[in-house]
Amino acid sequence: MSAAAFLQLDLPPLLAALLAGGTCGLLGSFLVLRRESLVGDALAHAVLPGIVLGFALTGLRAGLPMLAGALVAALLAVGAIGLVRRAARLEPGAATGAVFTVFFALGLVLLEATGARAVDLDLDCVLFGQLETLVWPAATGWHSLRDPAALAALPRQLGLLAGVAAASALVVALLWRPLQLLCFDPGYARVLGLPVRRLETALSLLVAAAAVAAFEAVGSILVVALLVCPAAAVRLATERYAAQVLGGAALGAALAALGYALAGPLPAALGLPLSLSAGGVIGTLGGLAVAAAALAARGRRAVPA
Amino acid sequence: MNPPDGGHAGGAGLALALPGASRRPGGPPPVEIRGLWVSYGDRPALEDITWTAAPGLTAIVGPNGAGKSTLLRAILGLTPAQRGEVRLLGAPAAAMRGRVGWLPQRAAVDWDFPASALDVVAMARAPRIRWFGPMPRREREAARAALAEVGMADHADRQIGRLSGGQQQRVFLARALAQEAALLLMDEPFAAVDAATEAAIVAVLRRLAAEGRSVVAVHHDLATVPAYFDQVLLLNRRVVAAGPVAEAFTPQAVAAAYGGRLLRFGETAVLAEPGG
Repeated sequence: MSAAAFLQLDLPPLLAALLAGGTCGLLGSFLVLRRESLVGDALAHAVLPGIVLGFALTGLRAGLPMLAGALVAALLAVGAIGLVRRAARLEPGAATGAVFTVFFALGLVLLEATGARAVDLDLDCVLFGQLETLVWPAATGWHSLRDPAALAALPRQLGLLAGVAAASALVVALLWRPLQLLCFDPGYARVLGLPVRRLETALSLLVAAAAVAAFEAVGSILVVALLVCPAAAVRLATERYAAQVLGGAALGAALAALGYALAGPLPAALGLPLSLSAGGVIGTLGGLAVAAAALAARGRRAVPA
Repeated sequence: MNPPDGGHAGGAGLALALPGASRRPGGPPPVEIRGLWVSYGDRPALEDITWTAAPGLTAIVGPNGAGKSTLLRAILGLTPAQRGEVRLLGAPAAAMRGRVGWLPQRAAVDWDFPASALDVVAMARAPRIRWFGPMPRREREAARAALAEVGMADHADRQIGRLSGGQQQRVFLARALAQEAALLLMDEPFAAVDAATEAAIVAVLRRLAAEGRSVVAVHHDLATVPAYFDQVLLLNRRVVAAGPVAEAFTPQAVAAAYGGRLLRFGETAVLAEPGG
């Protein structure tokens, strides 16, 4: 494969997979540690109406309007889940399940009603992701990586992904200790006077932003695979907080990039007539990673302490 | 048994002269509760609690479902109260956020969490230190000192799930100590611990009392109430009796709190609850 072909067809999806996987893997650790993995799934689905409205109102795909719409939808969903829990006195899982499916359904209806689907935001992409559609036609060779004009023509989705990834990393770094306490013992965090409600909101917003970003890579159904699987696999392999959080990010990035490579470019390079859905392969790899970690953990625990 | 509520001018001063109200007169009462109501949905958990704790070591005693843990959680603001006022060390409870030590029930902890004993104790210092970057040496030393005080210095780097039940309890006691609070609330500190841990906890409680700090603990072992505590609150959704152990911890009061018959075999109090 020529450098130009790699840069044009494979580099953008590879970068997108790395950024989406890394961001989701990073944030997923907090969901898994809080035993709230379902909330990641819920937020990943609940952002859909916001994404559709953001797109419908501005006609821009993968722009800030979609991200803004998603964050608003995520906040509304979190608020609605709390409301349903208190008003109906349902257990958290039931309230979460009721709210996120309704939000997602609303998103599907909006997708049809606003005509967004006919234009650009097609259902397959929303549900399963379209890594393959990210291309960089302006690339002509390695020198394009140093050419500002060519770089400016990179797919806009990469900019959004990079922004969300940087913001997530920064927030996690700045809130390092409070997040640990929030995950381990939220009651104690309140006793100590930490702003627990605000920390939880910040975490929800980050997860929603990551869901929007990852939605390009794997679609809204499989986002949860990137949010939960890398973090869950690392969870079974470490007893250190830092290793958990950083390891989750690293494994998420690795799984996403490997999944993309296995889905198309690698078989193609080997001359195999095989082309798979990148989202599907990434999700499958995530499941395999958890299974492998579970088997390894079983092996370790079988040894008497 | 409640001290005067300050309805008269000079009432607060008179309270200090009451026999047994305090061994260290001068400080404000560690806990002061007036007209506290807490319910879960339609089910009342605490009804019209009015109680003032004297400085020193106080046990909250009562049957299952009496609202003991709920009372501690309401004092801390973790469980919302429908009505009532809580003052801690003379200040409104909300103003004391972060300045009350807290030892939760062991069952409420995620023991698989990736944290070492030292990590857990260091959490107590969170309000004093920057949220990011390495932990300052002074804070790390404070956490280590708290671990050493409960005899857990050698286990600082052990993941908490790999400690025995008693060791786990001591780690959380160290965390409460590391807050360096004048008032500590503890939910069943002696629940399911070994003899060494029980002795370690008693030693810590005595030292805290000697330093003029106060502890309010939910306690389940009636036999050790007189040995470990100065004051007692007998609770069964309402205040049944409260005051110095010698006065308030009578067989009649205990029987009234537990709503059953109280039998005595030597030094051990055994309860026969109706239908139990």
